[in-house]
Amino acid sequence: MHATFKRSLAAISLALGACATLVPAAQAANEQFFPLATYRVGAYASSGIPVWAGMIDYLRYINDVEGGINGVKLVWQECETEWTAEKGIECYERFKNGLNGAPVAVYQPNGAPAAYALADKAEADRIPLITLGYGRTEATDGRVFPYNFPAMLTFYSEASAFINYVAEREGGLDKLKGKKIATVYHDSAYGRETQGPLALLAQKYGFENIQIAVADPGNEQAGQWRQVRQLKPDWVFLRTWGVSTPVAIKTAARFGYPVERIVGDIWASSNEDVLPAGEAGKGYLALTPYPGGADFDIHQRIRQYILDTGKSDLKDPKSFGSVYYNSGLVNAAIAVEAIRTGQKKFGNRPLNGEEGRWGLEHLDLNDARLKEIGFLGLMQPLKLSCSDHEGGGAAKVQQWDGQQWKLITDWVQADRATLRPLIDAKAAEYAKEKGVTARDCAAQ
Amino acid sequence: MNFFLETLIGGLLAGTLYSLVAIGFVLIYKASGVFNFAQGAMLLFAALTFVSLREQGLSFALALVLTVLVMIVGALLIERLVLRPLVNRSQITLFMATLGLSFIIEGLAQGLMGAQVHALDLGIEDVPLFVGEIMVSQFDVIAAGVSGLTVAVLALLFNKTRIGVALRAVADDTRAALSLGINLNRIWQIVWAVAGVVGLVAGLLWGARQGVQFSLSLVGLKALPVLIIGGFTSIGGAIVGGLIVGAAENLAEAYIGPLIGGGITPWFAYFLALIFLYIRPSGLFGDRIIERV
Amino acid sequence: MTAIVPRLTASFDDAPLTLVRRRWRPGLLLLLLVAFVGLPWLGNDYWLNAILIPFLVLSLAGLGLNLLTGYTGQTSVGAAGFMAVGAFATYGLLLRVPGLPLPLALLGGGVIAGLVGLLFGIPSSRIKGFYLMVTTLASQFFLEWVFAKFPWFYNYASSGTISAPRLELLGHNLSSPVGRYLLTLSCVVLLTWVAVNLVRSQVGRNWMAIRDMDTAAAVIGIAVERDKRMAFAVSSFYLGIAGALWAFAYLGTASAGSFDINRSFQILFIIIIGGMGSIAGSFIGAAFISLVPILLSHAGQWLFNGNVDAGQLQNLQKVLFGGLIIWFLIKEPEGLARLLGDLRERIRVWPLRF
Repeated sequence: MHATFKRSLAAISLALGACATLVPAAQAANEQFFPLATYRVGAYASSGIPVWAGMIDYLRYINDVEGGINGVKLVWQECETEWTAEKGIECYERFKNGLNGAPVAVYQPNGAPAAYALADKAEADRIPLITLGYGRTEATDGRVFPYNFPAMLTFYSEASAFINYVAEREGGLDKLKGKKIATVYHDSAYGRETQGPLALLAQKYGFENIQIAVADPGNEQAGQWRQVRQLKPDWVFLRTWGVSTPVAIKTAARFGYPVERIVGDIWASSNEDVLPAGEAGKGYLALTPYPGGADFDIHQRIRQYILDTGKSDLKDPKSFGSVYYNSGLVNAAIAVEAIRTGQKKFGNRPLNGEEGRWGLEHLDLNDARLKEIGFLGLMQPLKLSCSDHEGGGAAKVQQWDGQQWKLITDWVQADRATLRPLIDAKAAEYAKEKGVTARDCAAQ
Repeated sequence: MNFFLETLIGGLLAGTLYSLVAIGFVLIYKASGVFNFAQGAMLLFAALTFVSLREQGLSFALALVLTVLVMIVGALLIERLVLRPLVNRSQITLFMATLGLSFIIEGLAQGLMGAQVHALDLGIEDVPLFVGEIMVSQFDVIAAGVSGLTVAVLALLFNKTRIGVALRAVADDTRAALSLGINLNRIWQIVWAVAGVVGLVAGLLWGARQGVQFSLSLVGLKALPVLIIGGFTSIGGAIVGGLIVGAAENLAEAYIGPLIGGGITPWFAYFLALIFLYIRPSGLFGDRIIERV
Repeated sequence: MTAIVPRLTASFDDAPLTLVRRRWRPGLLLLLLVAFVGLPWLGNDYWLNAILIPFLVLSLAGLGLNLLTGYTGQTSVGAAGFMAVGAFATYGLLLRVPGLPLPLALLGGGVIAGLVGLLFGIPSSRIKGFYLMVTTLASQFFLEWVFAKFPWFYNYASSGTISAPRLELLGHNLSSPVGRYLLTLSCVVLLTWVAVNLVRSQVGRNWMAIRDMDTAAAVIGIAVERDKRMAFAVSSFYLGIAGALWAFAYLGTASAGSFDINRSFQILFIIIIGGMGSIAGSFIGAAFISLVPILLSHAGQWLFNGNVDAGQLQNLQKVLFGGLIIWFLIKEPEGLARLLGDLRERIRVWPLRF
């Protein structure tokens, strides 16, 4: 028994070792590689799975229906990160040199830990990172962070959009004076990111800014919502993620706080976040730069060519049109459009990281273009540049009715001008600590 | 004063849910001397099975019965494949085996039933009740009631049935029990099955509270301080320990939390347990361990 | 050969030379040569960055935990907490003490981690077994909370992460993959040498006596409480340096979340699978833990041409790990190290049966 055990162990290890060293398949020329660093297991898997489905469906659509980006077909491969930094690094190292000759133009780390860990590596390797709706806010200043793109919406802009929405509801920015706005946040870097901008805006508009921390993972929030009940704020900004969101909504209901006054952040805004809260979630508001819904133009196209023909990556068709699925669509679309922009300069061929960065910095998606690609209403107009790696800064507000999300506003713009000095200061601090000299954008 | 009473009562009620999880641990430890680290994973597996069956369209009762059957089968498999080969090994070895077991159960749970978050509707509305000026959660009250009922059923089981008496005999002195002809393997199967069912009840209540998903298994870790305070071998201790931990945690978060910036819940219970360990290493109601060379 | 008349009282000088005690094992030298010279020359970025460096750091962490759990028998699930202390302490020293050379900063980080370990080891004098395990769990949660909560530790960075300062040694920039690899390798080799000597000394023997039966150890005069605390301190020292290397040589950044309970479990698995109470076991276990997921992932890509659900592969890996732990505990509680040692013995006496 002992001997056979050892023999089989030896055989298995040899076999596995052989597999690892096998030569990969033949070279594939004229293809653009899309690395997919995903997370399909672990605590956040339920949030991730619809995102990858959205991405893969869009990439498949581009390949099958449009014949690739100007004839350049896309090829992709997944790598499990479990939303951790070390797996994120392993996947990046595996993918950064491309797949069978197909180069990498842009890289999406898909996870804050990985995004931070890869920031310096990507810079050294000259591959731009797209961190849509997360990542370092100060990377908005592209002069200090040439390879980091927190495209479309950062947490600072989100905080400002939230305040602007509250002002809308209250009847104007001047009506904010004296109001109480509480933020229930996940006690992590993610949750704390909005403390800075909210403090600045509270100073500017005169509202009371209360911050209440929820320890990870946030299974138990009785203490926090008891505090909320005592304080009786006018609005609550819910900056949670993962299981802390449905628990927050349920606990709020348990303590009698009206759920229509709770506005969730973009990572607390999907179907998967509110469904577990059941009845308590009806009326919950949420900010989102990619609203939920399957009626947008791109959905009709994908439904026709991908979903109904069985080519979709979605295992659960109910997720079609969920906020996370749509975020996958938007993420993929930005990457594809960046490459398309780059191809205008470098020719219709696969691009490398440096060229992908050029494409990103010259990305200009106006309403006309958005209509062409089917994203009008789903994605906001986006214009990136050397000094502005964010580009958009707007979100829509949607409300959960128990079955689906209903949009109740158009694009609520953040007050980027007020927040920009804060961002520039942080970027300058980073530049000083790391000894980085800021680029001169005029010379680009 | 009202705030204090509210916090206290809320904490005590929350504590009963902790006790429910802890009871699962106590059962297994009492009868087989194994600290079952996989209890949290079993909780998750039971809740996920139930919810998946419900989503397939089965009625509440049928889904419940089927899940109980699944847990029993699981207990049988565990006893046969893990406990029997490791009989007579040190406690630490058995603990580490249950650590491995928790990984297997978690992997199976996600592999078989997916990673989505599920809402669990037990039909209990989580609205505030008002006792005078003090606000109490209706769900918490009902959950406390269910915990009490579970404990009552277990007490009946242990004191009035033959199997229960045999369980207590095994817990008291394994060798003597063996010499009386009590089938140890059968006892272990029964204990693990009962623990699985208790885990199911706890999983349903916790799942109704926060949705059924992956982090449900972390609830098991919360039961450890309860066990330290109450003792590993006493169900009554698990209850008292749960109440103490629940109350202390909530009070600490409300009063000490703001002084240090909040969010002290993850580790406060453990510190409380540490203090108890210093004063009374075997817990309030546990058996004193006498070491012999 | 002259006839040797066996005498009952033979002095050492008269004893026949039946055992050649090799002081310098050629295998070990070859391994070191390959590691220091061969691999940097041959290795590419992926292998260095994603496989070798984490393997080395995890081995060091496993070694640290092995000293506490494998040799002294004090089960600890708080390993990652001490790694965090080392990482943040090293960062703090490099940030706040200008001009401090890297080796001293690492050493300082290790010493601070050791002191914290000593603090959390104080309960071990009264608490044993499971209860001690719960104490270490408390330390894990507490330390994780401290490094997430107090911005002073990560220099008020809004991301809550600490990032690698310039890694320099005597003017050479070590931030290239090869540089970081050599830094890690040197630390690991040095600390392993220290550990090997430690476990062969009186201290090591005391620890093993405490593991086997601490009451008896106390009876024969071993200062059990003092030695237990020393085990915590030394183990935390190793874990601290491993944490600093994990943060700076491998990931480049770290936050409190990099050192959570899953990391502690990972290191515990390393020593269970590799072999508790064995230095080589830490390395074998670390190789196993770091290579198997990657092998599985590549195998999945290769076998199914990328059509396998990455999530299911991950679940399969979890089940596999759990199963392996149970398997090892049942079949070979001394882990892979013992299995490989037996294999070596069989080869040595082959074709005779072992």
